Amino acid sequence: MADSAPTLVDGGPRPGGAPAPARPGGPARPARRGRRTPPGPTAPPRSFVWTRRILLTLLAVFAAVPLYAMLSSSLKPLEDVTGAFHWFPSELTFRPYIDIWRTVPLGHYFLNSLIVAASATVCSVVIAVFAGYAVSRYRFRGRRLFTVTVLSTQMFPGILFLLPLFLLYVNLGNATGIALYGSRGALILTYLTFTLPLSIWMLAGYFDSIPRDLDEAAQVDGCGALGALFRVLVPAAAPGIVAVAVYAFMTAWGEVLFASVMTNDATRTLSIGLQGYSTQTQVYWNQVMAASLVVSVPVVAGFLLLQRYLVAGLTAGSVK
Amino acid sequence: MSTRTERIRRAGMPYLLLVPALVLELIVHIAPMVTGIVMAFKDLTQEYIRNWGSAPWAGLGNFRIAVDFDAPVGEALLRSFGITCAFTVLAVGLAWLLGVTAAILMQDAFRGRAALRALFLTPYALPVYAAVITWSFLLQREGGLVNHVLHDQLGLVDEPPFWLVGDNSFLALVVVSVWRTWPFAFLMLTAALQNIPRDVYEASALDGAGIWRQIRHVTLPALRPVNMVLLLVLFLWTFNDFNVPFVLFGKSAPESADLISLHIYQSSFATWDFGAGSAMSVLLLLFLLVVTACYLLLTRERSRPRGR
Amino acid sequence: MRRFRTAAAAALTTALTVALATGCGGGTTTGGGASNSKPKELTYWASNQGSSLEHDKKVLGPELEKFEKRTGIKVKLEVIPWSNLLDRILAAASSGEGPDVLNIGNTWSSSLQKSGALLPLDDEALAKTGGKKRFSPSAFAATGQRGETPVAVPLYSLTYALYYHKKRFEQAGIDGPPKTWKELVAAGKKLTGDGRYGLAVEGGDPVENSHHAFVFAKQHGSDFFDAKGNPTFDSPGNVKAVKQYVDFVAGDRIAAKGNAEYAARQSVRDFAKGKAGMLLWQAARSQLLANGMKDGEWGVAPVPVRSASDGGQRAVNSMVAGINLAVFKDTDNRDGALEFVKFMTSTAEQKKLNDTYGSISPVLRAQQAPPRDEDEKVMRAVLADSSAPLPQVPDESKFETLVGTAMKELFADAAAGRSVTEESVRQRLGEAQQKMRK
Repeated sequence: MADSAPTLVDGGPRPGGAPAPARPGGPARPARRGRRTPPGPTAPPRSFVWTRRILLTLLAVFAAVPLYAMLSSSLKPLEDVTGAFHWFPSELTFRPYIDIWRTVPLGHYFLNSLIVAASATVCSVVIAVFAGYAVSRYRFRGRRLFTVTVLSTQMFPGILFLLPLFLLYVNLGNATGIALYGSRGALILTYLTFTLPLSIWMLAGYFDSIPRDLDEAAQVDGCGALGALFRVLVPAAAPGIVAVAVYAFMTAWGEVLFASVMTNDATRTLSIGLQGYSTQTQVYWNQVMAASLVVSVPVVAGFLLLQRYLVAGLTAGSVK
Repeated sequence: MSTRTERIRRAGMPYLLLVPALVLELIVHIAPMVTGIVMAFKDLTQEYIRNWGSAPWAGLGNFRIAVDFDAPVGEALLRSFGITCAFTVLAVGLAWLLGVTAAILMQDAFRGRAALRALFLTPYALPVYAAVITWSFLLQREGGLVNHVLHDQLGLVDEPPFWLVGDNSFLALVVVSVWRTWPFAFLMLTAALQNIPRDVYEASALDGAGIWRQIRHVTLPALRPVNMVLLLVLFLWTFNDFNVPFVLFGKSAPESADLISLHIYQSSFATWDFGAGSAMSVLLLLFLLVVTACYLLLTRERSRPRGR
Repeated sequence: MRRFRTAAAAALTTALTVALATGCGGGTTTGGGASNSKPKELTYWASNQGSSLEHDKKVLGPELEKFEKRTGIKVKLEVIPWSNLLDRILAAASSGEGPDVLNIGNTWSSSLQKSGALLPLDDEALAKTGGKKRFSPSAFAATGQRGETPVAVPLYSLTYALYYHKKRFEQAGIDGPPKTWKELVAAGKKLTGDGRYGLAVEGGDPVENSHHAFVFAKQHGSDFFDAKGNPTFDSPGNVKAVKQYVDFVAGDRIAAKGNAEYAARQSVRDFAKGKAGMLLWQAARSQLLANGMKDGEWGVAPVPVRSASDGGQRAVNSMVAGINLAVFKDTDNRDGALEFVKFMTSTAEQKKLNDTYGSISPVLRAQQAPPRDEDEKVMRAVLADSSAPLPQVPDESKFETLVGTAMKELFADAAAGRSVTEESVRQRLGEAQQKMRK
């Protein structure tokens, strides 16, 4: 097919130019929705290809350099990291990866973070599914009030209710005899609520995009409302649910402010625990990097594995 | 089952479904926030933290000090507010720009696309602390990668600049924030692009539109509704962000990067004056509510046609 | 219906809020003070003194076991990083949920005293811990506002000293440590050159800055608070003092510009690596060793003064730094907590712990032992003769934050090439002072 690039000046097709050469050729894959694949094996114009190469290379460098520095610094001896920066370690050492477990109880913090983030995620998703279902499938009084209120909590400055929330937990604890203060439970409760507004909103949107006939049919077939929700809607909304879960997990995994006041030695999470590598004596930069990598790898891996769902889940939901 | 009980069940169902969410919102968000607002009207200094019910009422005193822009406290707050606005606009704008660029350029398959996408998404998937502490390491004046490249290798500057103190720290903050958030924009926009029906492109191709023109006339307009949501979400996250500046600068941010969240933290925790801190938070909240409300009103019809 | 719901929501919110407000100061719900309801256990918040949190646990663990064996009281230990300690104490104070015994930075004593979070140690309580007379008076002066019941006892004492790099001094042909600032600047200039500097300062760390501001001000015959406890930040003496310190970077240029962003103990590293020839620090030995220096490579001397003939307040060359041990007011094991305080300040424990951490014991009996090294010898002398406690006023912690941050900005100005004048210093300090208003 005609390589149209010469006829293009900086991207703008010439008026009256040859018809239709400019459509980029999506390679062979059968065109799904959203693949801009025109009929026929057209190649994108050269200007586009070069722009793409250059810009994506720049972006890749921007994204990758800090990641690389993290990795290379984690393989350097402490002498190296505290001196002038070098791209490559003067000597390769895996010591930091051994030392990190001794300088701070990293395994313990990791477990705490995992428990907190996972519990918060599960609860947040379940509660958001219920609420999202209500908002999507029912017209009821107060619906608008509910959505607006819940969404506006998204903009509360954390610092405004940090101390009150802490006090509330202590008093709830005193009143009920359940020790909330300093427990993982308090943190779970906090994080799960942080993520609720956006989760509800996204899920409601996702449910909206699923034809009503589906669950109404199920209800006619004798499922109750909950039956319809779990048998029909939840499976159909799987991508949206995954997206919400990932969002909730990551929020809980990285939060710093509330964790710093609400945890103690036994329940400290990673985001606070990692600060332990900066001690009164010095900052163990190589260990900081090594530990950061170790705690990031599972999260990043999970995120990348699930990104396919994310892409589907994010849009269908919040954006129609 | 009689139709009446059925009706009641049907009417009660949504409320039942909302109960868990409502209870949590009430405990974790609403009640503490109301308490926070009450605190803003109290003279809640260290003397009273142990029993702050007994703190004297300050009326509007805390607010008056916060908005007295001729005095240092108000002036500092105003400056911090201005910095936060500038920071938010820049950081959100850049994050969106990078996101939309990458999303459009990667719309079509090419070799290595999946790997590149994974790379792009990684900064977003890193835990905040890990990501930002890495940047603070790279941004050190001596021994940092950034100055190593700018000064030692490229020779672009005569003297290694400071990134973590002084005026450049604003720039540093923007870069770190963009590095962390643009993948989210990228992800959202990638998702949105997949929802643009293919025939729209085909039609425009038949009309003779080249790829650049298609981007301008098909792709970008189609992204409008996502942008509405995306920008709002990014705005709220960025404006209220505490994690990034806190990890990057510690408890006392340099003047030029004194974001409002950290400023309020310092005003309440570091100086033990929770009344003043709360008053500032309340002002911030009011501002955000107004902005969001305006934004939603302006974009409501287009962004979220809801309900049937 | 709608109105009802709104009303219900409002009612519930109010109820929760009221519960918060009244139950608040959580301490009140448990009776509002110390009790002995749990005589067999204690929670102890230790500050990070060693090379890592784990190190601290290793050091303190066996001692706590010893205490348990002796008294049958089990001590639950939590080591809290400094970055986190004050926030945790504030949260504990506001809720009444806290430890029984805790370490505090001794400069926080008055502020925490005012908050009422700590158990006042009256004569009866002090007697249970072994009495006030056991402590060095200068260290004990930093346990609360003068004239009020102290809220803590000193645990580890520290003072600033001048550390100098012997080899670099030799190379530069400097005979011995400088005794006055003039000498220090002269020596610094000799040491500066070839990318190396005379002095390293931790310019990005507000707390360090404020400590030096205090000492320098004393030497200028000036204070940051007047007798009534009101701030006098921008008094001429204070302005001169702060400028003198910032001038190490801005005017004398004996400290590297890069020091403006140091806040993670990089100045200790620079000194250990010979990049800087002098350092003003507290008990630096373990940190220097950790950075690869060996005993004998550095010398220790008292921090210089303005003129060798200065006496009285003008001869002050260090603050009384250190860690205090306090009992939380809402403890439910008051007697046990006091017993623990007695144990931790006993001569044997004091010797052991202070030797490990490189600090000096505030307990007079422990000070009679021959000094373990040059560091301790100098610090003991300084602590006894020429150090003063930071102002013991409730607003002290604000002073550290505000003045320290103002100085951080001044260092940043200097690093950016802007000139630091008395006027600009006065302006910064004036702003800091006005933020104290209220």
